[in-house]
Amino acid sequence: MLKQIEGSRAVAEAVALCRPEVICAYPITPQTHIVENLGQMVKAGEVDNCEFINVESEFAALSVAIGASATGARAYTATASQGLLFMAEAVYNASGLGLPIVMTIGNRAIGAPINIWNDQQDSMSMRDAGWIQLYAETNQDAVDLHIQATRLAEELSVPVMVCVDGFILTHAYERVDIPTQEQVDAFVPAFEPRQLLDPAEPVTIGAMVGPEAFTEVRYLAHYRQMQALWLIPELAEEYEQQFGRSTGGLLRSYRSDDAETLVIALGSVNGTIKDVVDKLRDEGTAIGSVSITSFRPFPAKRLREVVGQARRVVVIEKSLAVGIGGIVSTDVRMALAGAGLPVYTVVAGLGGRAITQASLREALLKAHRDVLERLTFLDLRHDVIHREIERLETQRRSGPVAENILRQLGSVADHIG
Amino acid sequence: MRTSHVKFYQTGTFTVGNRLLSETERSVQSTLERTNALNSGHRACQGCGEALGARYAIDAAMRATNNQLIAANATGCLEVFSTPYPETSWQVPWIHSLFGNAAAVATGVAAALRVKGRTDTRVVAQGGDGGTTDIGFGCLSGMFERNDDVLYICYDNEAYMNTGVQRSSATPPTARTATTQAVGPEPGNVFGQGKNVPLIAMAHEIPYVATASVADVRDLEAKVTKAMSMHGARYIHILVPCPLGWGSAPHDTVKLARLATESGLFPVFEAERGEITDRRTIRKQVPVEEYLRLQRRFAHLFKPVLQVDVIARLQAAADRNIRRFGLHGQGEL
Repeated sequence: MLKQIEGSRAVAEAVALCRPEVICAYPITPQTHIVENLGQMVKAGEVDNCEFINVESEFAALSVAIGASATGARAYTATASQGLLFMAEAVYNASGLGLPIVMTIGNRAIGAPINIWNDQQDSMSMRDAGWIQLYAETNQDAVDLHIQATRLAEELSVPVMVCVDGFILTHAYERVDIPTQEQVDAFVPAFEPRQLLDPAEPVTIGAMVGPEAFTEVRYLAHYRQMQALWLIPELAEEYEQQFGRSTGGLLRSYRSDDAETLVIALGSVNGTIKDVVDKLRDEGTAIGSVSITSFRPFPAKRLREVVGQARRVVVIEKSLAVGIGGIVSTDVRMALAGAGLPVYTVVAGLGGRAITQASLREALLKAHRDVLERLTFLDLRHDVIHREIERLETQRRSGPVAENILRQLGSVADHIG
Repeated sequence: MRTSHVKFYQTGTFTVGNRLLSETERSVQSTLERTNALNSGHRACQGCGEALGARYAIDAAMRATNNQLIAANATGCLEVFSTPYPETSWQVPWIHSLFGNAAAVATGVAAALRVKGRTDTRVVAQGGDGGTTDIGFGCLSGMFERNDDVLYICYDNEAYMNTGVQRSSATPPTARTATTQAVGPEPGNVFGQGKNVPLIAMAHEIPYVATASVADVRDLEAKVTKAMSMHGARYIHILVPCPLGWGSAPHDTVKLARLATESGLFPVFEAERGEITDRRTIRKQVPVEEYLRLQRRFAHLFKPVLQVDVIARLQAAADRNIRRFGLHGQGEL
């Protein structure tokens, strides 16, 4: 059914349609509206047989989900940013134990400096935690991916993060097609756990494992994600047949067939990128783009196929590996090793800075002419950083960097956008 | 099934069912039906108070629930010595997630049991003092205030024994640990720090809070049984001496637990909804010195010179407990 609704509401409705049994809620911007909506639905009796638990921290939220999942309940939670870091120990634990929890990430920057706006540093920090990571390009994607994630998680017994750009998607009101309960029931069967805490058949879950078996346990976690490389497209195809909408599987390519320059990104920024690609195409530039849906597992083979005959790749990154540069770029380079293509990293949109078509266009045209630096920061204000670097070099007690820069900039309202 | 009466010959301890009692009053451990929840073959040290306490507590909880029990365990000695395959010793469905989240994991188990309609199955969470009073305290308090249907059992051996005897917020003043060394002008742990989690649990006004020790395992069994007859958040804090960390003889574990209670250093009581309902009175108060002398963690109080003033401060703390908890049968909290 078509609805004009907020992204968070759409995600909440999709999660509710998946018949969650235990939902753990802790507020953090920009995810909060999702659990608020779910809480309302559960309290009003609109979700059958579901426990909604207000916990005292994100660490507890995922821990409660771990206990519930191990006892055979379909468990869900949502978080963002600092919340994801606060639960980090449980994030690794849930995947280590092989518990198929689905968690929404309302992508947001990580402090300090504290910042509530969107980038993808939070979920990137958990890229090696053993969770499957799916990135939504639109709110329709967010809905469709949550439904697929529930089935994917339970088939593989691997937890799945569905990453939805904070504010840009979570707080955007737009038209979303919400499937019916019958449709979702037909796609997502009842949870049949691989392991269960049950007095009828006592098992020990979470035992100490030493060097004799640790590598094998870890390898099997990798093996299950490798299985997801074929299961994700398979589920996407089945979903498309049943719901009439494509989520693209591991990735989506756009006007990439004869592209000399290929732009790679995750999440909502692909909308802007596609607009820029269209305009550049109109001007005769052979450019296309790839939106990576599955960042974990990383679709290396599929990416090589899509890159094909391209001459260069530009990765637009909403995160920063301080000290080296790009995070996604590293995986892209590894996937394309031996192809001899230059891979340009453009760090953009940190802490919610708008990624404009004008700035993107300039960067992409430079890349297309191979005159772009290998690592650039979109719209970085060089005058501001030079002044601060000078202060650092001339004053021992130079003060807090963030506050110095804010003082330089003056009133906030003049600098948004 | 044919049964025969088992005779026990231990005297002078409370550890095994008393054959002078009628069969219905005998301890869980004295029955052939005891589950041995924590089975033999685990890797605990000789004389481990925690292994003793855990076996009695979980066996009693299993009997109280007709064996329909699930356990969540914090990281720590109990988890480490009981799980390495093929020596896993648990005869109960058991999950270990992290150091600081046992209470929250148990909340999740309880929630799942509720939605699954498995009302006959109950959940116990357990951890040491580090996993309870320190790193797991946030999750514990959250479980308490939501009144989740979980019995949390803390096995308190008064330090981080698993990592090599470091101070916790349950470590008593003057005790030597690897992080409160017996050096300097005030050797051992300092006075004026630490927290009393049973009292904090009571402040949450949860249905049931109790303390117990491995010196009186019948009392321990009775408290676990009572806790399992109730619903909502429940907390039992069990003193479990640790020969390794306390520097005591393995055969003195039960004796030390008794001296801790008989001296007044560890008050044994029960509380419901924030109010003390019962306490175990002391027949004859033992001087704290008797308790301290058996433990090398307090050796610096006796050698090279007897620290009369310091011991007097510890004695004053014990006397205060006796007054405060009415351990002579007349005081009030």
